[in-house]
This record gives sequence, C-alpha cells and structure tokens, in this order.
Amino acid sequence: MLKGKVWKFGDNISTDHIAPGRYFHLRSNLPELAKHVLEDAREDFATKVEKGDIIVGGKNFGLGSSREHAPRIIKVAGVSCVIAKSFARIFYRNSINIGLPVIEIKENEIDDINEGDELEIDTEKGIILNITQNKNYTFIPFPKFINTLLEIGGIDEYVKKYGDYGV
Amino acid sequence: MGKTMAEKILSFHAKKDVMPGEIITVDVDLAFVQDGTGPLTVDQFNKLNFEDVKTKSLVFIDHASPSPRKELSNTQSKLRGFCKKTSAEIFDIGEGISHQIVAEKYAKPGDVIVGADSHSCTAGALGAFATGMGSTDIALAYGLGKVWFKVPESYKIVLNGKLQKGVYAKDIILYLIGLIGADGATYKALEFSGEAIKDLSMESRLTISNMAVEAGAKVGLFPTDEKTKEYLKMQGREKDFKEIFPDKDAKYEKVIEIDISKIEPQVAFPHTVDNTRNISEVGKVKIDQVYIGTCTNGRIEDLRIVAAILKNKKKAEDLRLIIAPASKDVYLQAIKEGLIDIFIKSGATILPPGCGPCVGVHAGVPGDGEKLLSTQNRNFHGRAGNPNSEIYLSSPATAAATAINGYITDPREVF
Repeated sequence: MLKGKVWKFGDNISTDHIAPGRYFHLRSNLPELAKHVLEDAREDFATKVEKGDIIVGGKNFGLGSSREHAPRIIKVAGVSCVIAKSFARIFYRNSINIGLPVIEIKENEIDDINEGDELEIDTEKGIILNITQNKNYTFIPFPKFINTLLEIGGIDEYVKKYGDYGV
Repeated sequence: MGKTMAEKILSFHAKKDVMPGEIITVDVDLAFVQDGTGPLTVDQFNKLNFEDVKTKSLVFIDHASPSPRKELSNTQSKLRGFCKKTSAEIFDIGEGISHQIVAEKYAKPGDVIVGADSHSCTAGALGAFATGMGSTDIALAYGLGKVWFKVPESYKIVLNGKLQKGVYAKDIILYLIGLIGADGATYKALEFSGEAIKDLSMESRLTISNMAVEAGAKVGLFPTDEKTKEYLKMQGREKDFKEIFPDKDAKYEKVIEIDISKIEPQVAFPHTVDNTRNISEVGKVKIDQVYIGTCTNGRIEDLRIVAAILKNKKKAEDLRLIIAPASKDVYLQAIKEGLIDIFIKSGATILPPGCGPCVGVHAGVPGDGEKLLSTQNRNFHGRAGNPNSEIYLSSPATAAATAINGYITDPREVF
C-alpha cells in the first residue's frame, strides 16, 4: 500500500525536465543529481518533495532519453509512485526495472486529481483511493512478473535472486 | 498467419513463434552503452557479480567527448577499466557517435541490438530490431546475453511519391511525427514501406529510423534491398547482408500512407518534436546558433548537402555555426572531399565527432533568450543545456540556408 500527497505536472514531461543535461556530470552521484530532479518543470520540487509523495503527470510522461537516472532520482527523492495519462516506453520500462511503480489511469481521473490531494494506492488490487476527495479510481493491476519486480526492488535484485529473467 | 518484420526477427531470436503483446526473452547480437548511461551499467554489472560479457558488447565515449570536467573524466576512466577487465570493446573520444559506428561497422539485417541510448533505433534502417533501454537492461544484456521484451504491434508507414528538390529524409520523419504526435506510436514498431523507400539512401533511412523514438516507437524498421547491400559492401561487410522483409499477409495495427512529393521542408518549433510547421508557415525567425551534426544528421550525405549550400558563402555575421561529423570515418571523408575546407571558410566551427551540444553537456550551450536551429532529433525544454533558450529542428539543408541568412530560411531559396 502506497500513500502520499500529489504533485501535479502537465503533458510531455521529458527526461530533460527530470534529469537535465547540464547536470550530466552528477550522474554518478544520484543523491546530488536528485537535488535537481524535475527542476526544469518546477524549480522548487526537489527542495519541497517529501517521502511517499506521488507524482501525477499528463500524457507521455518521461519521453526522451534512455537515462535510467530519471526514474532513479525520482525514487531517490522519495517519490513512491508516478501516475499519468500515459508513459513513454523507455521511462516506463526503466521504472519497472528499478522498482518504481508507474500507473496509467483514465484522462478524466487524472484531471480530477488536484495538487496536494492525498492518495492511497493498492497496486495488487488496482485501486487508488483519493482520500481528500473520498473517491476511487481503478487501474488494471500489474501482471505477476511486474508485481514481483516491484516487491523485490527491481530487475537487478530479481536476477540476483533467480539467476535469470522471470519470463 | 503472416508476420511483420519485428515479429519475424523476434521469433527467430526467441526460437519460437511470437505474437504481439507476448513477453519473451531473446538472445541479443549486440549491446552497447555510452558515457552517460555506461557508468551505471558497469555498477550494475559488478553488483550482479557478472565476470565477463556474454554477447558482442561495446562502450562508446561520445557524449562528453573529450571530457569537459573532472567528474566525467573519472566516470570515463571507469568505462575504460571495464573494457580492460572484460571482453567489451571501447570506442574512445574522437571515434564518433555510437549509432553511427554501429551502423558503419556492426548492425546486420535481422539482428537484435540493444543500446543504453534512446536513439539505438537508428540501426533499424539496416533491418535490425534495434532499440533503446536503460543502464540496468544493458548490464543484464552484457551479463546474460539476452533481454526481456514485450513483442510490439506494428504500424506500416507507406511512403509514396518523390521528394521535391530541397526536401530530405529529415523532413519526411519530422512530417510523420507532426502528423501522428510525439506519442503517436508509443510501444509500436514502425515499419517503412512503399515505392519511395527504394529511392532513399541508407543514410536517409538512418535519419528516419533514428527518430522513430520521437514518435514513441520501439523500433523503426526498413526492409533490406539493393541499397542495404550497397551500403554493407561500401563498409566492407557484404557478407552481413540478409534478406529481411515482412510477409505479404502480415497484420498491422495501423497503416499510414504519405505522399512525400507533397511534403515541404519542415521545422519543429520549441519545445516538442511534434510541434512541426511547413517552412512556408514559419515566418522570419532570427537564429543565434546553427548546429549541424548528431546521430540524426551528421553523416557524409548531410555534410555534402551543407557544403553545396555553403560553398563560397559566409555565415551571417551575428550567428554561430557549429558543425560536427558523426564519426571519424565521416570526418576523414569530409576532409578528403574538401567539405571541411568549405565549412571553415564559411565561418563554421568544427567540433570533434560526438553528442555534446545536442545533450547540453558541453560545446555550444546557448545563452539566455537565444534561439538555436539544430539538425538534432529533439528540442525539449533545456535539452541544449539552457532552459532559457529555444531549439528549432530542421534538415541540414534548412540549417545551412539559415546559417547564411541568420533567420530560418527555405533551402529551396538558396540552391
């Protein structure tokens, strides 16, 4: 069960917004790089985000680079989950691989969620409870392989444990 | 049932018939990283206690090349150390951009190629299932020799007609992305076909496949033909040729037909690649810096077009013109043909082969309020290293014409 307050972002939040190229030299120092997470979309995000907070984005969240640093610093910053109308492919894959839950819900439900709302997410049942508005949103629960990856902390931990992919 | 190119290649590598939507594990023929994503790959490779790589594995130092800061020098040393310790091969500074070198020296029709760089889809031009993924994925590809995939559905992009003079492959792909949107093909395999593709050189196809990811696609595939054969022969790799084409009854989720003779030169406005306009609708946009190069348009064909426009002409006085060949081989060829001479005399600054200005790492970072016109593949906010600048995207011809006039210019006016 994940629980946290919402930070809202718009459509087409790119990996350049999340992990700007001008901090390229910090990529081997994720805690330092995380101090600039999403800086080009919202300057105060990195300083104000709190552990457990939830990012709610629009369409095509995470488009652009293959840099795994993007979901990694979102996780390092304490974000527990990213919910969006849709995700770019590589960002989605990277997030699952590193154990950051990424959830797609309907456009009108995303539009319904406000900045600062408190959400509670059951990834196994596929239910998001908007505590602030007392509403429920549903999503298709992850397949078993992905749920296992999220539980175990990522594909690296999975392969370390089982020696191979689970598919 | 017939198969698309993606389904054929993945079935062969999974050693079973695969269907769209299925999650599979496949052997990979080639895996690579660059200096931005590579250090994390090495960390993960070590964390997983792998001892050596289990597939053809390459490391490219192309993003901060040569290194502008000590932190990057140290991570580059880590990559060099990894290549000494394992069977992975390094392409160090000056060699060129990963995607260009993969196309020149490694990619074979029918291969599965994975790279820790989103533009790894470039090699789809040679009929390889080539796609970008993250650092951990490549650490696993290195160590296990295989990766997991979801088999994509395919979109068939049918290109008909002939390009007008002054219109190029870059305009086709910008037009397509403008048409379907930056998420118009998310997760899908794009498969190019139609009578027009036989006229497209391998270099043009590489430009188109390179930008498949800008429409969200996993891969941008061209079937192989005489052009593929010629290109491989030119690279001394004739033996690597293999016929790869879709079955006649292959099932596509969508078919998009484009008459390329109707396409004008395209310009993508800030800050998304799908924010495209016909050049006739652009108006007078003053530009501070023009950058010609990158994995999208730094090939010899591009540099020849640029040289034809810049010959005996000067760049606009208050504009900076930066040109970078995509690889050492392209650079040497450009010197041999006298292109570099033309560029320097026109007022251009030549950079070593690499990615620097496109990723905002070094060399050519725009100032506050400045407008940059680039032949690169993306124009996201802050991409070139300064969030207070704007990036416009175009073909090399439009970029060269713009360099002369100082404002965005239709290349058909300067020929």
